[in-house]
Amino acid sequence: MRLIVNGNALEAEADTLDGLLGELGYEGNWYATAVNGEFVPGRERAQARLDEGDRVEILSPMKGG
Amino acid sequence: MENIPAASSLELYGQTLSSRLLLGTALYPSPAIMAEAVRASATEIVTVSLRRESAGGKAGGEFWSLIRSLGMRVLPNTAGCHTVKEAVTTAQMAREVFATDWIKLEVIGHHDTLQPDVFALVEAAEILTREGFEVFPYTTGDLVVAERLLEAGCEVLMPWCAPIGSARGPVDIDALRALRANFPDVPLIVDAGIGRPSHAAAVMELGYDAVLLNTAVAKAGDPVVMASAFAKAVEAGRQGWLAGLLEPRDMAVPSTPLIGKAVFS
Repeated sequence: MRLIVNGNALEAEADTLDGLLGELGYEGNWYATAVNGEFVPGRERAQARLDEGDRVEILSPMKGG
Repeated sequence: MENIPAASSLELYGQTLSSRLLLGTALYPSPAIMAEAVRASATEIVTVSLRRESAGGKAGGEFWSLIRSLGMRVLPNTAGCHTVKEAVTTAQMAREVFATDWIKLEVIGHHDTLQPDVFALVEAAEILTREGFEVFPYTTGDLVVAERLLEAGCEVLMPWCAPIGSARGPVDIDALRALRANFPDVPLIVDAGIGRPSHAAAVMELGYDAVLLNTAVAKAGDPVVMASAFAKAVEAGRQGWLAGLLEPRDMAVPSTPLIGKAVFS
């Protein structure tokens, strides 16, 4: 399935957000996720189904002013 | 520090703080210098942000570990957001990662000045307050906008004193004075535009409750020494305000008493 993850197009096997994160090698609990502009809390990732063309954002802490 | 009146503590959303300096964590020469500057500033609140993490990356986790090791309260921002939707989603994501209801709400409206889009700001503040966030809105000196933000549920206001990163210092003292006079009981934090310690002291002398800065420290020749200088300036300005400042006057007034002065001619 073709997805846009953090602005980059990629082919993914997984059809849930949780599965995608595992497939891409994300570990730990220091990032947050959104699909098509909507926040998806960590506890809902396993149920969050992905569809062709979905835009996934994976954000993590960064310095800021 | 000694001789500081008890009234000097600051309360933000029910949290009592002794430092009146909030410090950003961006633009430092290195993470180590950032950490040292944070300690030298004696701040209790640092601002942080969220950005895209590359697949399998560890940068965000490492940064977060460093911040946590400093033992500070964190104030996540929505920097770079230009719409209500972006700001709200970013705030929701920040709440989960940083485990705080605090959010420094920025909705940028102008590319050159980074002036906030105050209409979107008020709308986003309403939404986030309903969702239980404790919103620190980055705003302008506009009184009516300030009123709307308070109606939206904000208990703190963060007006700019000049554009972000401009180092120009307070360019509109009258606007800052008017905000202070109209909202005597609302914590007011000058956010953005401070360039040097004297700017920080100047806004604290106006009765502002705190100062939030980043670039002035991070881009200084020696960020650690500058952090310490700002800590002193903020405290000096605060004490000056509490002590009661002399109003300027047009004419000279001799400070040495004239009574008993000798007459030689």
